[in-house]
Amino acid sequence: MDTVNTMTPWREAFDAFIANDEAAVMGATARADAFARFEAHGLPTRRHEYWKYTPVRDLLPGQEILVRDGLDTFADVETYQIVFVDGRIDISRSDRTALAALVEIAGPDGAPWMDGVFNALQNRPIPGAMFQVERPFANLNLAMFTDGLAIRIPDGMTLDKPIHLRYEGVVPSHLRLEMLVGKGASVTVLESGAGALTTGAEIVLEEGASVDHLRSQTEVAGKQFTALYATVGADASLKSFTLCADAALIRNETMVTMAGDNGSGSIAAGVMGMDDTLIDNTVYVSHEAEHCESRQVIKSVLDGKAKSVFQGKIFVKKGAQKTDGYQISQAVLLSDGAEFNAKPELEIYADDVICSHGSTTGALDEEAKFYLRSRGCTEREAEALLVAAFIDEAILEISDETLQDRMRDTTDRWMSARAGR
Amino acid sequence: MLKIDNLHCQLEEEPDTKILKGVSLEVPAGEVHAIMGPNGSGKSTLSYVLSGRDGYEVTGGSASIDGEDLLDMDPEERAAAGLFLAFQYPVEIPGVGNMIFLRTAMNAQRKARGEEEISAPDFLKLVRAKAKELNISPEMMKRPVNVGFSGGEKKRNEILQMALLEPKMCILDETDSGLDVDAMKLVAGGVNAMRDAGRGFLVITHYQRLLDHIKPDVVHIMSAGRIIETGGPDLALKVENEGYADLIGAA
Ligand SMILES: Nc1ncnc2c1ncn2[C@@H]1O[C@H](COP(=O)(O)OP(=O)(O)OP(=O)(O)O)[C@@H](O)[C@H]1O
Ligand SMILES: [Mg+2]
Repeated sequence: MDTVNTMTPWREAFDAFIANDEAAVMGATARADAFARFEAHGLPTRRHEYWKYTPVRDLLPGQEILVRDGLDTFADVETYQIVFVDGRIDISRSDRTALAALVEIAGPDGAPWMDGVFNALQNRPIPGAMFQVERPFANLNLAMFTDGLAIRIPDGMTLDKPIHLRYEGVVPSHLRLEMLVGKGASVTVLESGAGALTTGAEIVLEEGASVDHLRSQTEVAGKQFTALYATVGADASLKSFTLCADAALIRNETMVTMAGDNGSGSIAAGVMGMDDTLIDNTVYVSHEAEHCESRQVIKSVLDGKAKSVFQGKIFVKKGAQKTDGYQISQAVLLSDGAEFNAKPELEIYADDVICSHGSTTGALDEEAKFYLRSRGCTEREAEALLVAAFIDEAILEISDETLQDRMRDTTDRWMSARAGR
Repeated sequence: MLKIDNLHCQLEEEPDTKILKGVSLEVPAGEVHAIMGPNGSGKSTLSYVLSGRDGYEVTGGSASIDGEDLLDMDPEERAAAGLFLAFQYPVEIPGVGNMIFLRTAMNAQRKARGEEEISAPDFLKLVRAKAKELNISPEMMKRPVNVGFSGGEKKRNEILQMALLEPKMCILDETDSGLDVDAMKLVAGGVNAMRDAGRGFLVITHYQRLLDHIKPDVVHIMSAGRIIETGGPDLALKVENEGYADLIGAA
């Protein structure tokens, strides 16, 4: 009963989208399949294993987009910017042409290699436990995305500036990134803005490729659901960092497959919450090749009644010897009402591996705080210094120092906003 | 300057543990007072209670700086009022850079006193000069607060903070312990350079050696949470030669 009711508006929205939106032509079959999976699953409730801490009760297709402060973390960074407003590219504010001169961008009809990406990630047989977990919002995104970027970085190319996907507007839209990074190529991808209800990204790293992915969700005041699927080839390296603050509900799902030997993957997040916010980072790293290294580093600072959730799994397939898997999630609670829920999981079917995980929740170090205050720092300043140090352990996972600093600026701003209360 | 009158305190968590049992002493501006006393007599506790550390409950008495009630203030207000404690065990704070810490602290105090913030270049110049005097390398300044510092380096870092913050009332808790002979001279030099008519010092120590370099005006002996004897510099010499037994017996 329940499922039928909450799904009805979504079914109507999907049917209308298919009937009226020109974007629906692309990947029509994949969209229908994906929607069917979304519909069958229903909106996540506490009864769904991976949504226990993050129920999504009353999400509607017309869910309002709420924006906070509008300060773009990456505003000062020189990038190839691609701006989406209300779910469509704003060509006049985008560097699409400049980018297209350097790399391959697929048109509305896609490109031959793009099907490869699609198929590699959406329809491949997913091994082990991975397939048991439905990703409803990844399905919704695939079913209803209106625009996005499908891009191939040629072998050996190092793109001179990051690509910045900027989400603006008030329409609850669904946007998509399909990216194939060729052998030995390297690229940095930035995402920011509140103007997407869901984002879906699929990134394939071929041999020796390197991708830095940074996402700022500090402007999201309402809800945002993201799904990132990455396949890391041999000797390739993926680093993904997300900064989240004060959203009504954010759920980030990151699924990384270590597919080739000697690859490395790092998934990090900094979470800052005041008031009634709920931020969930769910990470699944699947080791399917030898000698790969993966890291998950999640740091949360929570005040008021803020909640942060981390669900992180390291899955090691049979034969994925010499895997080095590491996972740490830590939270600092600045108030009695704040809450951190961690669900670390290891599932290992190879015998010659090193995997470790740890999780801690606590207050700031009182001794350190007193020391700082005894030198004149106010309580809020002392907390800000200690919080910055704490979050920095996640920020240091970012390889580029300028981008590290952009993230620090944003965390500082958050702490001063808190201090000003 | 600093006036402590009949100060009593106990542990917040264990009210039966009374530590200070009626401490009275006064450090006038321009003077250096030393406190000596056996281990566990309450010297560090006195310094913590004065600087406002959690965990102690003041059950009686008073403490003031220039007539302002210290016990009523937050730790940072005490700092802004001019109180400084060089800790017996300085805390390591991973991830918080020495420079940003010093600058935040300096500016916070200035702001609290209604003064202008120090500019970045002036701050850098000042820190460099003071650090050099105390033989603290620029490399050390780049590290997180006290992290990886040797015992003696931590103590020198305390004195550096004192030199930068220019407090009115400086409490030094066993700053001499862990210092080699040369470092001791540096630290004493740092303290002596700051001695002036407007500033008071309370120097907690176990050894006459430090007092050879920093000549005290008055020496207090603390035992079991009280000042049991107050005298001139020769009192320290007496303790050095004879220990505390006679003094405690007489009290
Ligand atoms: N937080 C605490 N918890 C338990 N006991 C405490 C605490 N703080 C102080 N004490 C006790 O109070 C007494 C005084 O301690 P304090 O550190 O002030 O001594 P001290 O005179 O500085 O000694 P030392 O010369 O060894 O530095 C000691 O017996 C100590 O164990
Ligand atoms: Mg002591």
